[in-house]
Amino acid sequence: MSVDLYKGVVKPLIAGFGITRRRLAHKKVTIFYPEEMREQYPRTRWRHFLTRYESGLEKCIGCSLCAGACPARCIYVEAAENTDEARFSPGERYATRYEINMIRCIFCGYCQEACPTGAIVLRKNFELASYKREDFIYTKEMLLEKYPGQSDEPFQGEYAEKPAPVFTG
Amino acid sequence: MPKRVETIVLHDSTTPVFGDIQKGGSVVLTSVETLLNQARANSLWPLTFGLACCAIEMMGIVSARFDVARFGMERFSATPRQADVMIIAGRLSKKMAPVLRQIYDQMPEPKWVISMGACASSGGVYNNYAIVQGADQVVPVDVYVPGCPPSPDALMYGILKLQQKIKRGKNPKTLIDLKLFEGVSGARQLEEVKG
Repeated sequence: MSVDLYKGVVKPLIAGFGITRRRLAHKKVTIFYPEEMREQYPRTRWRHFLTRYESGLEKCIGCSLCAGACPARCIYVEAAENTDEARFSPGERYATRYEINMIRCIFCGYCQEACPTGAIVLRKNFELASYKREDFIYTKEMLLEKYPGQSDEPFQGEYAEKPAPVFTG
Repeated sequence: MPKRVETIVLHDSTTPVFGDIQKGGSVVLTSVETLLNQARANSLWPLTFGLACCAIEMMGIVSARFDVARFGMERFSATPRQADVMIIAGRLSKKMAPVLRQIYDQMPEPKWVISMGACASSGGVYNNYAIVQGADQVVPVDVYVPGCPPSPDALMYGILKLQQKIKRGKNPKTLIDLKLFEGVSGARQLEEVKG
């Protein structure tokens, strides 16, 4: 049984490379991730933030509703009473300890839904990978934003040259 | 032949497994080590260990949009004999744990493990009798990637962290050497890690 060299080998090769040649003219889809970022969708849920009011007071009142709503049981809240000397939040109580086990968290956003004051929000920072388990217990100092409105700033990656664009339609 | 020291305790893969071979202190040796680490870090061959839904995102990094071939990782190996890094993608059940350990043992040294997702790293929502609460109870894990599942870029960030760890090598004093290589790309920077 003989193989027709043109019909069996050369012609399929030309047809195959024809697809490659056509694809070369197409738009490039690769995102060079560490330097440039993929667009983030408006409702992306990643790293948590504990937000502040414009006055600088914490929104969290230590009610533990987020811990109750959490399906992975990864939130731990310890509350204490505000006094006139040490006032952290406008309400009666504030959270002395607020810890999230990031490695157990599934980023479902139920804590954000359950929060009566909108204190805990999930924002777009997905660069959370680390080397040790202990690094993933995010304490209140890590979660609390440094100044009001920090959590709403566009997400800038660790190696990125400019912030990630937000997907619009 | 260097003496192989068997360690049963859970350790990190930066813990030296070979006897006294690390204590040379020679200039030539450290340079070779740095070069080797560069080569290792830039051609990691992952082992496909998709256990659950995280595997879909793991496949996503090979696609044209994310293209992990830029890091020399495009060859997903189906055999542990040719793999360098095992990406545990998904919840690890107790039935699967011995299989995972056996496949890890079949991988040649040096080898690394990425624990991808909440379930592989800690059990996630599955805090029950069937799921191992963290793959590091079975194999030593180098990088944990949180998320449920982690998006392809979150996993690629984990891969970058692993590359940094490999490039840093077993001796953190060789950080200076790294800048020779890292300076080309510019944007990537070194980072200090505790422990």
